[in-house]
Amino acid sequence: MGEHQIRNFSINFGPQHPAAHGVLRLVLELDGEIVERVDPHIGLLHRGTEKLIEYKTYLQAVPYFDRLDYVAPMNQEHAFALAVEKLLGIKVPKRGQLIRVLYSEIGRLLSHLLNVTTQAMDVGALTPPLWGFEEREKLMIFYERASGARMHAAYVRPGGVHQDLPPQLLDDIWDFCDPFLKVCDDLEGLLTDNRIFKQRNVDIGVVKLEDACAWGFSGVMVRGSGAAWDLRKTQPYECYEELDFDIPVGKNGDCYDRYCIRMEEMRQSVRIMKQCLEKLRSPEGQGPVSTADGKVVPPKRGEMKRSMEALIHHFKLYTEGYHVPAGEAYAAVEAPKGEFGVYLVSDGSNKPYRCKIKAPGFAHLQAMDFMCRGHMLADVSAILGSLDIVFGEVDR
Amino acid sequence: MSADLESLGAHIAASLPGAVTGTSIAFGELTVQAEAAEIVRVLTFLRNDPKCLFVNFTDLCGVDYPQRERRFDVVYHLLSPRHNVRVRVKVQTDEVTPVPSVISVFPAANWFEREAYDFYGVIFSGHPDLRRILTDYGFEGHPLRKDFPLTGFVEVRYDDEQKRVVYEPVRLNQEFRNFDFLSPWEGTDYVLPGDEKAKAN
Repeated sequence: MGEHQIRNFSINFGPQHPAAHGVLRLVLELDGEIVERVDPHIGLLHRGTEKLIEYKTYLQAVPYFDRLDYVAPMNQEHAFALAVEKLLGIKVPKRGQLIRVLYSEIGRLLSHLLNVTTQAMDVGALTPPLWGFEEREKLMIFYERASGARMHAAYVRPGGVHQDLPPQLLDDIWDFCDPFLKVCDDLEGLLTDNRIFKQRNVDIGVVKLEDACAWGFSGVMVRGSGAAWDLRKTQPYECYEELDFDIPVGKNGDCYDRYCIRMEEMRQSVRIMKQCLEKLRSPEGQGPVSTADGKVVPPKRGEMKRSMEALIHHFKLYTEGYHVPAGEAYAAVEAPKGEFGVYLVSDGSNKPYRCKIKAPGFAHLQAMDFMCRGHMLADVSAILGSLDIVFGEVDR
Repeated sequence: MSADLESLGAHIAASLPGAVTGTSIAFGELTVQAEAAEIVRVLTFLRNDPKCLFVNFTDLCGVDYPQRERRFDVVYHLLSPRHNVRVRVKVQTDEVTPVPSVISVFPAANWFEREAYDFYGVIFSGHPDLRRILTDYGFEGHPLRKDFPLTGFVEVRYDDEQKRVVYEPVRLNQEFRNFDFLSPWEGTDYVLPGDEKAKAN
């Protein structure tokens, strides 16, 4: 045999690929089946959210946040609301906080259900997505019953939440919780000890803790590497301090650990939801759902029919909006995918001067090159699945 | 909390003479103003100093103030998991002065610097791959600058005759309306004859 001609292959992974989780184009350089370099091309879903927000009032900016990470919309709105409230110096009443936490955790379930099951699909399992999506549908009905929309809720607004929840909805969410834990068991039964699933995920995409920090990881990606870091515990916002829940932490920093953490976080979310529901039904959880500051939160419909002042407030708030004092603030929440932050600069007018959206997926995706080098081509989709990427927030 | 931040700010300012031009605290957040040319030294110190240990890179973004001489702010957000503190570092630059890239300190800065270049045209010296990232292939201009119109300059459509996507200058069916909502009841301070009598009481 003579000399072999050796050459590297460059292939395009996506933009239309079922395992690309949206519109991702990866330019892969391969040596045989070994990945030598990954160059992600993003921006195919860029909509100019940050520019648009600069031309909208603070209230009109809220729905844009639904469209970032569209599998857990309210968590994003929550970060924006926290940033605006920080600048305005508003405190949200107890019931509003509880509803926000309840729906943040529903968002976490929505996101983790999608991620865990599609990650399983990326490595070859078909049943988990079918089971998981059934539960997602139930959760989206809870979204709809609270806000009127299955996904793009615009429910968490600066000052509180838009409307109170009907008592029947609280009962129905309660009835959802315990059977859902059974579904988690079923999903784990399909995956946790599954030989193929483990072969595809254990020791794949290992990230050391120092690397995780330097690459700007957050959320499950640092917890998988062994850091007990969760903004809900370390920098508590809303009423997370009063709630009892645990933070699962990984050991090896591989794809399998991240999967295990997501499964456990779902159970912890159910725990948080049940505590919120109990508090919402107890006397301490009664009261208004948004701040009483009439200069920020529009009046109730009934009031508007009787009070001239309420009518004027309503008109002013839905045309001019409210003015936010000049200054800058950064507020972050523990979104399902990691730390979702909003850096808001206000110049004292009724529109944000600058609204930078810090999306966790952006930092995670840029580490694809670092994580995939030396892995096999088939591992690329497993790693991509465990990063939990949604292009709405990466491309903005 | 705010006393801690003040002493931390004083410590940072004292340790980096000539690089840090000021510190301020607002809304429980520490902001450090720094010289753009010294940013690598500042971030390295913030990452390594035992009182800081801001090892986690959170965010980097640009902000545009066209009326200023050095119109851009480049804002870095760092997080210290050990001390559970965040810090914001701000430097100023203009369209032509490059800011040293901080990839050597935090590899995560790579895409964020590309994004700031894409959106604002801020140039980062020493960046290995300063390409556009979020806008379209072949895009022209820097869309988040305040003088870039919201509607952009070109629009895209599929041309059925040429069987391909074509770019054309933006044609708006209705002129873009940007209402000035600033209320005259709050904005100006009218001095009406006779007002001084009301204030005298």
